[in-house]
Amino acid sequence: MDYVLETVNINKYFYKPKEFHVLKNISFGVQKGEFASIMGKSGSGKSTLLYILSTMDTDYKGQLYLNNDLITGKSQRELAHIRNKNIGFVFQFHYLLSEFSVLENVMLPAKKLGEKSPGAIERNARQKLDMLHIGHLAQQRASRISGGEKQRVAIARALINDPTILMGDEPTGNLDSQNAENVFNIFKTLREEQGLSLLVVTHDEDFAKRTDRIVQLANGEIITQ
Amino acid sequence: MINWSVILGIAKTHLLTKMKSTVTATLGVTFGIGSYITLVSFMTGLNTVLDNLVLNQTPHIHIYNEIRPSPEQPIALFDDFKNAFNVVHSIKPKLSQKKIHNALPILNYLKEQPNVEGATPQLRAQIFYLSGSMELGGNLIGVDIMEEVRLSNLGDNIVEGNPEALKNNESGIILGAGLAEKMSLSLSERVQITTVTGNIFPLKIVGIYQSGIAEVDNVQSFTNLKTLQRILGEVENYVTDINVKLLDIAQAGSMAERMEKQFDVKAMGINEANAQFESGSNIRNLITYAVSITLLIVAGFGIYNILNMLIYEKMKDIAILKATGFSGTDVQLIFMGQAVIIGVAGGVLGLLTGFVLSKIIDRTPFETEALPTITTYPVDYDPTSYFIGITFALLSTFVAGYLPSNRAKNIDPVLIIRGT
Repeated sequence: MDYVLETVNINKYFYKPKEFHVLKNISFGVQKGEFASIMGKSGSGKSTLLYILSTMDTDYKGQLYLNNDLITGKSQRELAHIRNKNIGFVFQFHYLLSEFSVLENVMLPAKKLGEKSPGAIERNARQKLDMLHIGHLAQQRASRISGGEKQRVAIARALINDPTILMGDEPTGNLDSQNAENVFNIFKTLREEQGLSLLVVTHDEDFAKRTDRIVQLANGEIITQ
Repeated sequence: MINWSVILGIAKTHLLTKMKSTVTATLGVTFGIGSYITLVSFMTGLNTVLDNLVLNQTPHIHIYNEIRPSPEQPIALFDDFKNAFNVVHSIKPKLSQKKIHNALPILNYLKEQPNVEGATPQLRAQIFYLSGSMELGGNLIGVDIMEEVRLSNLGDNIVEGNPEALKNNESGIILGAGLAEKMSLSLSERVQITTVTGNIFPLKIVGIYQSGIAEVDNVQSFTNLKTLQRILGEVENYVTDINVKLLDIAQAGSMAERMEKQFDVKAMGINEANAQFESGSNIRNLITYAVSITLLIVAGFGIYNILNMLIYEKMKDIAILKATGFSGTDVQLIFMGQAVIIGVAGGVLGLLTGFVLSKIIDRTPFETEALPTITTYPVDYDPTSYFIGITFALLSTFVAGYLPSNRAKNIDPVLIIRGT
């Protein structure tokens, strides 16, 4: 099968305050163009799993593949580059750099990647903002816009380098229902129009039901997928 | 694969949005470097003046005939008492002439030495200054005035009149300031002197001399070597002292020793004459540097503190940067960049501040009897101190930035994103 993201027997332990087996033999994959969601109660390990999948957490046993390349064991520098190029990330608390303008926030990962000219990056960023209907906010300070707008800016930033997969950690968890609906529709459109793969951690059941596939986690194990 | 424009762009934005902290940190460096430059310039200037006061007063090598007993008494030459234990009571100094034997050939020889800047002959004589019925005891020194001016600070110490006037006047005298005051004499008046043998000579005052040392100014005057030789009724090669100025003062000791052996005279090097002088100036330098380095270290701690706080505030930003693909090194460079920008800006401003303050001190009036040539506080503008200043500014900000930025580098983004 053609997975963009695949895990093989991932195990993770917490050692503080005492030893705790968080993730037990997690093996699953996200196919190309699939909109998958991970559900589970608090403490089921779903966020922990997402951080491992996002390559930010490297303290685990097992293997992680992205585009069929083994990611496990790569250096921090290589992982940073992989995150930069292949993974878009949207957080619950729409972390933007508050001192920078909306446009600069969106452009930053592309500037870091440095594959395009500054002019092309700016055009690309404006295009992403327009697509998410927030083009008029481009010159605003990131700290001056509303929560729903911030989350859309965060999505635009996640998309700027045309990643292989977009990951969300409760991307709608901090939004009202209307804005949550908005974000869901954006994700849906991205999948349908651009064939983007998405993986979203949520405990919003309505949200999860409308995705292509639900991965249920309980006590660090996959129950259904 | 480090994208400097992006990293420095972020550093710049951080600095500009935190203007207050940035200014505080920069001013810390400015203050440290500024005071360092001011202090060093002032202290070095003062040291140089004090050093010169001693150095120019004393010739590098002073050659003269010393009155002393013969090291070998005649009885030691007598064979009959060779194996006896001889005791000689009340030894008297050996009778010898005051003048240096073969003074002119020695002078010519010295002037040809490669490490000698110049050598001047002097004739020192005990005389009395006559003022009405009063007789004031004192010295008169016959000198080659233009050579003295070139080689010593004599010219600087002539507070009235000028050395050329003495050169052009066969019977001129440059009178000590204390003497002039005692006898109520001023420029162009005449003073009568009498030698030990009783001959009276009138001399015209063409200059007033003030060394700043009262004991000297109260007894000592200068005239031409030839004039004094004529007064004393001596021939042209009658010279009692030779002062030698070297190109490298460090050779004074060994050179003096050689002179003694070669010419059978007493030769004293400057180090022997002023042994305590060098240790004094070393200690002054040490204190200057200790104070300056303390100031710079304090500035360094200021930067460390501010960057530490900044990084604490920016934890979430750091997590975001890492999540969106900036490596730990990139994050470290962002904060190092800020430290270095603060260091460069503060350092350059500090150099300017130091320069301006030095200029102000340089123009502050400072008049003292002891230093007649000085009218304002002495300041030294040595580029080396400026170089050390900017180097230390960069070094201290680098170290102060390195520690916090290293912490930022190692921040685990998961902990921060999860922590909310």
